[in-house]
Amino acid sequence: MRIGTALRNEGKHFWRGKSLFLLSLPAIIIVFVFYYLPMYGIVIAFKDINYAKGIWGSEWTGLDNFKFFFQSQDAMRITRNTLLLNGIFIAVGIFCSVVIGLLMAELGRKWVRIFQTVLFFPYFLSWVVIGFVTYILLNPSYGVINKALEWMNVAPVDWYSIPGYWPVILTLTYLWKNVGYTAIIFFTGLIAIDTTYYEAASIDGASRFQQIRKISIPLIVPLITLLVILNVGRIFYSDFGLFYFIPRDAGMLYSTTDVVDTYVFRSLRVTGDLGMASAASLYQAIVGLVLVFSTNLIVRKFNKENALF
Amino acid sequence: MRKLNAEKAGNQPWIILIFIFLSLLIVFPLLYVISVSMTSDADIARYGYRLIPKEASFLAYDYIFQTPKALLQSYLITIIVTTAGTVLALLLTSSIAYVMTRKDYRYSRLMTFFVFFTLLFNAGLVPSYIVATNVLHIQDTLWALILPYGVSAWFTMLMKGFMDGLPFEIIESAKIDGASEWGIFARIVLPLSKPALATIGLFYALAYWNDWWLAMLYIQDEKLIPLQYYLQRIMTNIEFLTKNMQAGISVDMSSIPTESARMAIAILAAGPMLFAFPFFQKYLIKGLTVGSIKG
Repeated sequence: MRIGTALRNEGKHFWRGKSLFLLSLPAIIIVFVFYYLPMYGIVIAFKDINYAKGIWGSEWTGLDNFKFFFQSQDAMRITRNTLLLNGIFIAVGIFCSVVIGLLMAELGRKWVRIFQTVLFFPYFLSWVVIGFVTYILLNPSYGVINKALEWMNVAPVDWYSIPGYWPVILTLTYLWKNVGYTAIIFFTGLIAIDTTYYEAASIDGASRFQQIRKISIPLIVPLITLLVILNVGRIFYSDFGLFYFIPRDAGMLYSTTDVVDTYVFRSLRVTGDLGMASAASLYQAIVGLVLVFSTNLIVRKFNKENALF
Repeated sequence: MRKLNAEKAGNQPWIILIFIFLSLLIVFPLLYVISVSMTSDADIARYGYRLIPKEASFLAYDYIFQTPKALLQSYLITIIVTTAGTVLALLLTSSIAYVMTRKDYRYSRLMTFFVFFTLLFNAGLVPSYIVATNVLHIQDTLWALILPYGVSAWFTMLMKGFMDGLPFEIIESAKIDGASEWGIFARIVLPLSKPALATIGLFYALAYWNDWWLAMLYIQDEKLIPLQYYLQRIMTNIEFLTKNMQAGISVDMSSIPTESARMAIAILAAGPMLFAFPFFQKYLIKGLTVGSIKG
């Protein structure tokens, strides 16, 4: 019996490595329970869940949940907001961090340490705390910005009720928290560059600016690509805290601040619409997977070295 | 090179000015939070939020410290979750990362894929929520705040990247000397991985300390509310604040300094981070470097 011997062989190998397997078993269990077991729950998206009957007992409804979801205006809105806002974050975020990283590399050691500490700090704060900070700035009656507008004789703005301002506010908040962190990634990439390149260039009479353009930037391109792939691959997932705590879940702002994650959360925990929630959630997972693979494929086309897998 | 650096540092005052400007953008909003926490509600109503209070008032802090039970309770929960979570996560992460690096182990690649795949695809919020609440029944327990972050695929890959650099000969010779696999892991691999454990541990600790997400999903029991979620409840719900502050004493609701008290609590919650940060920073930057190079 060939299958029998193969199995027995496999068993023997397994037995020989049993202590290594046991060593990793707790982690395997956690990963299985929290990542793989939920995958079975994907069937919820194709069912009309009735809590009394349980997941198995509930009726199959085929694609009805998806039909309802895509026919609603929500699908369009959250798709657009998610892609647009996260797209802006990636573009503006990486651009600003590269610039700040390049400038950091021009500073002396002592200065770098001071500024790096200050710029990195907001990364350590939770979105809840940052929500308090933006509230101080944007509060319609007492807020810092409105007081400043008043002082300049400009009419105050009710920030929490006008959706048009929010793409900008969210982008600035995103930058405030994250730019220091990403800038440091680029900065450490930059200082790892072999100094002899710069010495040779300055002997040849290249200005500092020319050196940056011809040496620094080309050499950190792989790092930039890597961060772009990682971010674009996850563009369909949003930083929930940013979209939930900064606009303070204000219904009036949904047209520009509601993203897939906030929508799924609301459907699950607030409106209790399990069908919509799971349809949107599966939509996100599948688009997310496709995006990871396609960005990776595109990057591979240009440069094999920079691809993730 | 030393000359070049000195030149750079001395000759570019405009770059320093740019950084001073950026730093002010970071620092000012934070100073406002501190200042508002020390302003009376009457002054806020009259002058709005100000950078320097007209008159410093510690009323908000007085109120909080009069009945600090709810705040202390959430502090305690956060400290327990952060400590236990970080230790557990480090043990889980380092053990599986180590097994992944053992090229002589038949299933090491399979295990790597098993963990890596979770970065590519996950079932999403709804099924995860149902598994946690209907299968594991961990809602309203500390487990709900600890276990879901136990193995982060990303940190596991970072840890594997570090452990790949450890010389295999050491492990082999330990094996020849008759050490067990567990002994090798505990007595050789873990001590050699201290720098990686420190950095990744800090990242885990940060994730646990700042978490509100798991609490928002799984915690209803007021006794188990962690700090960040407590803050969030206060922000969205003044009643929650007044209720918790009044517990035990009878006061006029309207006399409670709601605006400044919110900010005061935010400061008490973020405060420890402020002190721990300079110490953490060095390790985290080291970790970032490792992460960005290994991808």
